[in-house]
Amino acid sequence: MSQLDPGVQIKRRTMSRRQFVSTFGSLIGLILLIIIMYALKPNFLSTSNIRNILRISSINGLLAVGMTFVVLTGGIDLSVGAVMGCAGMYSAYFAQTSMNKHWMVAVLVGVGMGLIIGTFNGVCVSYFRVPPFVGTLGSMSIAKGLTFLLTDAKPIPSLSTEFKFLGGGNIGGWLPTAIVIMLVVLAICFTLLYKTRYGRYIFAVGGNLNAAHVSGINTKRIICSVYIISSVLAALAGIITSARVTSGVTSTGDGYETNAIAMVVIGGTSLAGGRGRLWGTIIGILLLQCLTNGLDMLGVNTYYQMIIKGFVVIGAVMLDGLNAED
Amino acid sequence: MSLVEMSGIRKSFYGVEVLHGVNFQLKAGTVHALMGENGAGKSTLMKALAGVHRFDGGVIKIQGKPADIYSPSDARSLGVAMIQQELSPVEELSVAENIFLGREPVKMGFVDYKQLYRQTEKLLDSLNLNMNPRTKMKALPMAEQQMVEIAKAISQNAHIVIMDEPTSSITNREVESLFRMIADMKARGTGIIYISHKMDEIFRVADEITVLRDGGNVGTWKKGEIDTEQLICSMVGRELKSQFPKVEVTIGEPILEVRNLTLAHQYEDISFTLHRGEILGFVGLIGSGRTELMNSLFGITQPEKGKILLEGEEVTFKSPRDAVTHGIAYVTEDRKGKGLVLPMSICHNTTLPSLRKFTKSGLLQRRAEGNAVTRQVSSLNIKTASTLLPVKSLSGGNQQKVVLAKWMMTEPKIIIFDEPTRGIDVGSKAEIYKIMCDYAAQGNAVILVSSEMPEAMGMSDRILVLSNHRFSGELRRSEFSEEAIVQMQFKHMISRRNDDDRSDVK
Ligand SMILES: Nc1ncnc2c1ncn2[C@@H]1O[C@H](COP(=O)(O)OP(=O)(O)OP(=O)(O)O)[C@@H](O)[C@H]1O
Ligand SMILES: [Mg+2]
Repeated sequence: MSQLDPGVQIKRRTMSRRQFVSTFGSLIGLILLIIIMYALKPNFLSTSNIRNILRISSINGLLAVGMTFVVLTGGIDLSVGAVMGCAGMYSAYFAQTSMNKHWMVAVLVGVGMGLIIGTFNGVCVSYFRVPPFVGTLGSMSIAKGLTFLLTDAKPIPSLSTEFKFLGGGNIGGWLPTAIVIMLVVLAICFTLLYKTRYGRYIFAVGGNLNAAHVSGINTKRIICSVYIISSVLAALAGIITSARVTSGVTSTGDGYETNAIAMVVIGGTSLAGGRGRLWGTIIGILLLQCLTNGLDMLGVNTYYQMIIKGFVVIGAVMLDGLNAED
Repeated sequence: MSLVEMSGIRKSFYGVEVLHGVNFQLKAGTVHALMGENGAGKSTLMKALAGVHRFDGGVIKIQGKPADIYSPSDARSLGVAMIQQELSPVEELSVAENIFLGREPVKMGFVDYKQLYRQTEKLLDSLNLNMNPRTKMKALPMAEQQMVEIAKAISQNAHIVIMDEPTSSITNREVESLFRMIADMKARGTGIIYISHKMDEIFRVADEITVLRDGGNVGTWKKGEIDTEQLICSMVGRELKSQFPKVEVTIGEPILEVRNLTLAHQYEDISFTLHRGEILGFVGLIGSGRTELMNSLFGITQPEKGKILLEGEEVTFKSPRDAVTHGIAYVTEDRKGKGLVLPMSICHNTTLPSLRKFTKSGLLQRRAEGNAVTRQVSSLNIKTASTLLPVKSLSGGNQQKVVLAKWMMTEPKIIIFDEPTRGIDVGSKAEIYKIMCDYAAQGNAVILVSSEMPEAMGMSDRILVLSNHRFSGELRRSEFSEEAIVQMQFKHMISRRNDDDRSDVK
C-alpha cells in the first residue's frame, strides 16, 4: 500500500485473458480489420484513403465524442443528427456569397444554434426531469422543423470560399481542416474528462446520482452541461459538413445519432452511465468508419453493410459484457 | 452428519486469491457463527454456498451429497437461502412483491395479489413487523428494508439459512424478534449461518463459532469453549485494549444551534446546541426521526419551521453543497444508496467531496490526490490491493470505511455520523472511535447517531433521545444508563398507541 500507484501493477499482473479481450476487444478488432482490408485491397492504406477515412471520422466523431459525455451521465441524446443538419443549414445561410458576411459569423450562427438546442435539452432533462430519450426526441423534431423552415427545404448553394475551407480545405496543403478541428476538440475533451473536477463529477453523477448529490455536487448543472457539449459538437459537425459539400442541404445528419450511439457503445461505455472511456469511443469511431470505407471499396451493397454493422455493434457489447466479473 | 460441509474452498477475484482453501461445517438445528475481520472472506465464502459466486476450487456437500451450485437458483432448490449483507431491494416494487419475487402465488396464470398480500401480512405478523405489504420498498427506511430482506429469507422455508450481518441496521427491538425466529427455525431443524461483528449477539445465538482470517481458517469452537477476549484475539491476531478510547475534553463554545426545527411527519420541534469538542449522541428507535433530522441538518431536505445557527449565524442549506461549503460532513447510514459511487474507484470516491483541494488552476493534481488517499486508506486500515480498484470490489466493512475516509478528507468543522460503524469489525471500530475522539479534541464537533447502546454510551458526552419524531430527553455522561435511555425512547410511543386506538374506534 506504500507505493504511489499500485493499481497499474495490479492491472498488468492480474488481467485474465477474458478481461484482456473485453478491454482491448474493439482495438484488436480494429487492427484485424485494417490488416484484412489491406490484404484484400492494398489501396485501403494509401495516403489519400487514410486521409479520407480520418476526415469522415472527424465529422462523425464529433457527434460520438459529445454523445460519450451524455451517455456517461446515464443519458442519451437523440437530437444530435437533427442539430447537425440544423446548424449546417443556418451557418450555410449566412455563408452564402450573396450575404457577404465574414465566415466567422456563419460559424457563430451554427454554433449558436447548437448552444440553444443543447441548453433546451439540458434544462428539460435536468431541471424539468423529462426522460432524456423523450426530451431529445422532441428537440430532434424541433430542430428538423427549424431546418426546413429556413429555406422551405431548398438547398443553399454558392458558399464563400473561406467558409468552404473549413470542410474541404487542407492546412499546409495536406492536412484536412476537419481533422485539425477534431484533434483540438479531442484534446479539450480529454482534459475536461480526465483532468478536471468537472469530468470526475460526470462519472459520479452517472454512477450514483444520489451519492453525487450528497457529496455536494451540483448534479443538475452537470447533467445540463453534457447536453450542451453534445449539441455544440454536433453543430460543429454540421458546419463542417455544409462547408465540405459546399452547400446547405436539409438532409444533413439524418440518422447520424444512431451511428454516434453505436460508436460510443462499441468503445465500451455503458448506457447505464458511470462507466466508460473516451479512447474507447475513438476506437469505436475508427472501427465503424474503416468498416464502411472498406466495405465500400469491396463493393459490398449498402443493405448488406447495414446488416454487418448491426452485428458488429452487438458483438462489441457482448465482449464488453464479459468484463462484468461476478 | 453435517447439513453442509464445505472443504478446501478457493476463490480469486481479478487474479488475487481471497479464499485459500477454507473449510466449514454446519449441523442441522444449530446456529454457526462465522467471524473475522473486514475482508477476511466471510461474505465471499457464503456467496459460494448461495450460488452468487462460482468458486474456483473445493467441494461443497449438502447432507452428505456433493452439490453442484452454479447459480442462486441451484442453491435455492437445494434449500439454501441467504440474507445478503448489501441490501438489494427492487425499489419500485412493494414489500410483498419483493418478498415473493420469482415465486408469487399464481391463479390461472396471473399473480394472485390477494393471496400475495395475505401471505405477506401473515409473515410480517409472525415477525412482529408493523408495515403495510403494499408500501413501495423505496419508501422504507434502511432498517425496515433489512427486516423485509430477513422476512424474505425466512419465507423460503429453506433448511439452510445464511444471515450476513442481518442486524447491521436494525435496533434492539427488531433484533429480539429476529432471535425468536431463529429459535423457532432451530427447533424445526434448520441450520443457520450467522455473520455479525456484534459480540454480544454472537454469544447469545451461536452454538458454534468459526473464525476466518485473511481467507483461511483460524479455528472452530463450541459455545462455552471461547470467551470474548479470546475470540477477538483470534480474529485480529493480537490483543485489543479498551474498546472505547474516550478521553475527557473541555467542551468549548457552541458551534451549532438548532431551534424548534420542524418538518411534518419527520421530526417536530427539535432544539439542541452542539459545542466544540463535544460528541453528541442521538438515539431513538427506528422511525423516531433521527436520520430525517440529520438529512435536514445537511440540506438533503429542508425544514418547514425553525432555524439553524452555525457559529452564531443563521444558515439555510438548500442542498448538501451548501452544507459542505459550510464545513459540515455527513457519513450517511445508507452506504450503497447515498454514500458511494460503486463503479468508481476507491481513490475517486474518497476525494469526491473534497476535490477542490486537489485542483490547481483548474486541473486535478493527481499525485497529490493519490498521496492523500493512500494516507487516508492506511490510517483507516482499508484492505485493498489498490486504490484504483472499483469500490464495489471491497468487502462491506471496508466500503463503510471508504465512506468515513471520504468525509474525513473534507476536514469539516462538524461531522455527522449516522451508524458509522455499521459492518465494521471490532478492531477497526476501536480505531475509528479513536479517530473520532482525536477529531473532536481538535475543537471540532461530532454528532453520533447510533443504534448500538454501548457505542452511543461509550462515545458520547451527552445523549439526546428522540421518540416518535419528538425530543424526549437528554442525559449527561454521568447519567447514562441503558434503562433510562430505553424509557425515553418509548416516552411518546405510549400516547401514539392511544391515538391509534382512538382512530380505530372511529
Ligand atoms: N466482487 C469482488 N471483486 C474483487 N474483490 C472482491 C470482490 N468481493 C470481495 N472481494 C475481496 O475479497 C476479500 C474478502 O471479502 P468479503 O466480502 O468476503 O469479506 P468479509 O469477510 O465479508 O468482510 P466484511 O466484514 O467487511 O463484510 C476482500 O479483500 C475483498 O476486497
Ligand atoms: Mg461481508
